[in-house]
Amino acid sequence: MTEILSPVSAPAPQKPWRHRRRDWRQAAIMTSMSLFGAWLIVVTTGLAGVLGAYVAFAIVFPIVAFLASLPYGQKTGQDRMATAVICLAFSTAFIPWVSILFTVMNKGRHAFYSGFLTTDMLVNSADDPLNVGGISHAIVGTLILISIASLIAIPLGVIAAIYIVEVKGRFAGYVRFFTQAMSGVPSIVAGLFIYTTIVVVVFNRFNALAGGLALAILMLPTVARTSEEVLKLVPDDLRAASYAMGASQFSTVFRIVLPTIRSGLITASILGVARVAGETAPLLLTSQYFVKFTTNITSGPIAALPTYIFANLGVGSANSVTRAWGGSAVLLSIVFILFILARLLGGRNIGSKR
Amino acid sequence: MSTPEQREIIIRRGRADTIFRGVIASGAMLSLVVLALIAGFLLFRGLEVFKDFGFSFLTGTQWDAGSGDASAPAHFGIAAMLIGSIVTAVIALIVAVPFAIAVSLFLEYYAPQFIRKPLTAILDLVAAIPSVIYGIWGYAILMPKAAGWAKSLNSWFDWIWIFKVPAPIFDRSPFIAGLLLALMVLPITTSVAREVYSQAPRDQIDAAYGLGGTKWGGIRTVVMPFGRSGLVGGAMLGLGRALGETIAVYLVLNLVFKVNFQILASAGGNVASLIATRFGEATPYELKALMAAGLVLFLVTLAVNAAATYIVSRSRTSA
Amino acid sequence: MSISLQGTIGRGEFERALNFSVADGEVLAITGPNGSGKSTIIHTIAGLISLRSGQLQSDNITWDEPSTRIWVAPENRTCAVVFQDLRLFPHMNVIANVSYGLRAHGVAKDEAMTRSSVALTRVGLSSFEKRRPNDLSGGERQRVALARALVVEPRVLLLDEPLSAVDASSRAAIRDLLPEVLSSFAGATILVTHDLGDVEAMATRSLGL
Repeated sequence: MTEILSPVSAPAPQKPWRHRRRDWRQAAIMTSMSLFGAWLIVVTTGLAGVLGAYVAFAIVFPIVAFLASLPYGQKTGQDRMATAVICLAFSTAFIPWVSILFTVMNKGRHAFYSGFLTTDMLVNSADDPLNVGGISHAIVGTLILISIASLIAIPLGVIAAIYIVEVKGRFAGYVRFFTQAMSGVPSIVAGLFIYTTIVVVVFNRFNALAGGLALAILMLPTVARTSEEVLKLVPDDLRAASYAMGASQFSTVFRIVLPTIRSGLITASILGVARVAGETAPLLLTSQYFVKFTTNITSGPIAALPTYIFANLGVGSANSVTRAWGGSAVLLSIVFILFILARLLGGRNIGSKR
Repeated sequence: MSTPEQREIIIRRGRADTIFRGVIASGAMLSLVVLALIAGFLLFRGLEVFKDFGFSFLTGTQWDAGSGDASAPAHFGIAAMLIGSIVTAVIALIVAVPFAIAVSLFLEYYAPQFIRKPLTAILDLVAAIPSVIYGIWGYAILMPKAAGWAKSLNSWFDWIWIFKVPAPIFDRSPFIAGLLLALMVLPITTSVAREVYSQAPRDQIDAAYGLGGTKWGGIRTVVMPFGRSGLVGGAMLGLGRALGETIAVYLVLNLVFKVNFQILASAGGNVASLIATRFGEATPYELKALMAAGLVLFLVTLAVNAAATYIVSRSRTSA
Repeated sequence: MSISLQGTIGRGEFERALNFSVADGEVLAITGPNGSGKSTIIHTIAGLISLRSGQLQSDNITWDEPSTRIWVAPENRTCAVVFQDLRLFPHMNVIANVSYGLRAHGVAKDEAMTRSSVALTRVGLSSFEKRRPNDLSGGERQRVALARALVVEPRVLLLDEPLSAVDASSRAAIRDLLPEVLSSFAGATILVTHDLGDVEAMATRSLGL
């Protein structure tokens, strides 16, 4: 005879982790109490507008959260309050960035007309109506400056990374340390340095070559750091196999290691470009600004998007400021597209930090 | 695992490799050379000013190119600008560090799993916003708002000395520049803090949690002490950025050649902005003074960054 | 003696004293349980790790002798390895993988290609030249690795578990191929395996660890 367990004794399944109706009710009460408190603060103090109301809410909500959970003990109260503070701080931190994106795109769109991207400012002044003139000279200038900087900084950055990871030379620690220290060189100082050397001594005039060199100084650390991270991802087994087949380190690096991380190196380069595409201060001291479309890299000043924005902002009239916003929209789009491109190519976490 | 172990003497390395290693090594040394050249050239160009003014170049507050003859001699001292740079950078850190802690804790311990990666990516993305765009936004959007906040601060906390103002003008103050810089250094500080916090020992957090503690209890007793040195390193990296920032500060700060600690007043100093402002119309002698100022800025930021790099790398390896 | 090792090999915590030599035309099978240092022997002879003490010689040339600080870089050792995990280069096609060693030794491109084709034909992969390693079956990849080692005409051939990466269906074919290739190979061969069947089929001598 077999015993049959009575199914009646099994308890009904519970889901204690589910938010129960009481939780929702409690949350609703807390929120409305906080809103009420916030309203009181806005009415009685000088805080005004949507932002003021938000600030008041951000002050009241954690306190209400603390008080509401006090019946569960002081520790729970602190925990709830910490959660509220952290979540609020997080959302607060993103307000300015959303505002930057929104403002740039919103104000920038007024500068756009059919010829905005294809004409320069040679025959127009900055406060002319917004249906003449454009930023072709600045876009081309930025491309030229970035190309010069890339041609110098990308090979040198990769070489520094190879020295640290592959050659493992005696000074690898120093090279890594100083390359990182270089990332802290203020951009204006890089500009000053190139000014006293290249602009004053070599050419005796402002030009694109000097601007590109200044950008290269700022770009090198980013490329070196990202390349180093990518190189470290190559499995040692692959290098060992190459050595065992009689390959020298030279051909191991150039024919095995670098080809396997091609996309990672492209990512490193793009991140370097994104880092310097928006630099303004060093360009003011090296390539300056010029209203005409030009592709000559040694003959004289050349425009770039950041200096275009800066110059038009400096004019200060309504139309010139709108032009500056238009330039900002283009510059921001370029930087974001580059960054997203780098992400897609590199995958994973390449490109976080510095 | 299977890398060749290093020997003191390795014989019969091929000639191609000797050349290869030599070329790579000399290429890699270039970053050291460039750093040395920057310091060397700025010192060389600014030497005359250092000689003429000596220590008072660092302690003086006057910046006056003079008329070029004996009747009105030039006076160059960067104390006001240097202290101004430090004041704005410190304001930036005071604002940014709490937010960096909160944002990194949120990303690491509070956010639902599926939004962590996108949010981290967004944080890296905003770190790439060019400073001129921060500048134009700070000038057009932040400054009018922040001037209003400054006014309220002033009316409520008038009795604290640093919140006093000599005249009721709240535009272009160190406070506003500091807020803008806080926003600019937040991504880097947050990303360092997040990396350190993510390495906090999970089993200890779980232990704190399991012994009747709360999530916040675990974070306070395990995560925060663990990440303290990393946070300091991240904050110092932010400090280095804030000290060297030029264009954004230039657009939202009124340069006044007087040491000023009243952060809401429309008068501040900033070495980088000084260089950008004066460069265009500088006399040859003033240009030398700007080079000297650039050297001081370079050395200060280099020291801050070197210390930060050291602290961050140490907190990484100890984890 | 084509290759002789007398000394202590080691990697990390692991260490083991050894003394053996292999003459031209011989196939020495090294057998033993996991962790007995079979792969470490191969890697030490190839120069990927160094001896702890003692001496490694080939054709009376010292490759590795810690006491005198003599160490010959892997690229200058006249040996070739078939790794346990093969380690084909994923970004190169089959012929590029095989010719890589020749090119590294400075053989002209045309000659390297011709010799590689011959080596591929010898292992039965003549029509696979343009394929990528990732498109091949385990048995085919094994053959590429073998061709890659043979093409440089080494004095010493090092085989590390040559049948472990092969699925059961193509194992028989490789088992037929290997003794045939080894019998026509003039230099010394060291075969690491845990399969006693392999030892009987191919080895002239065996060394148990």
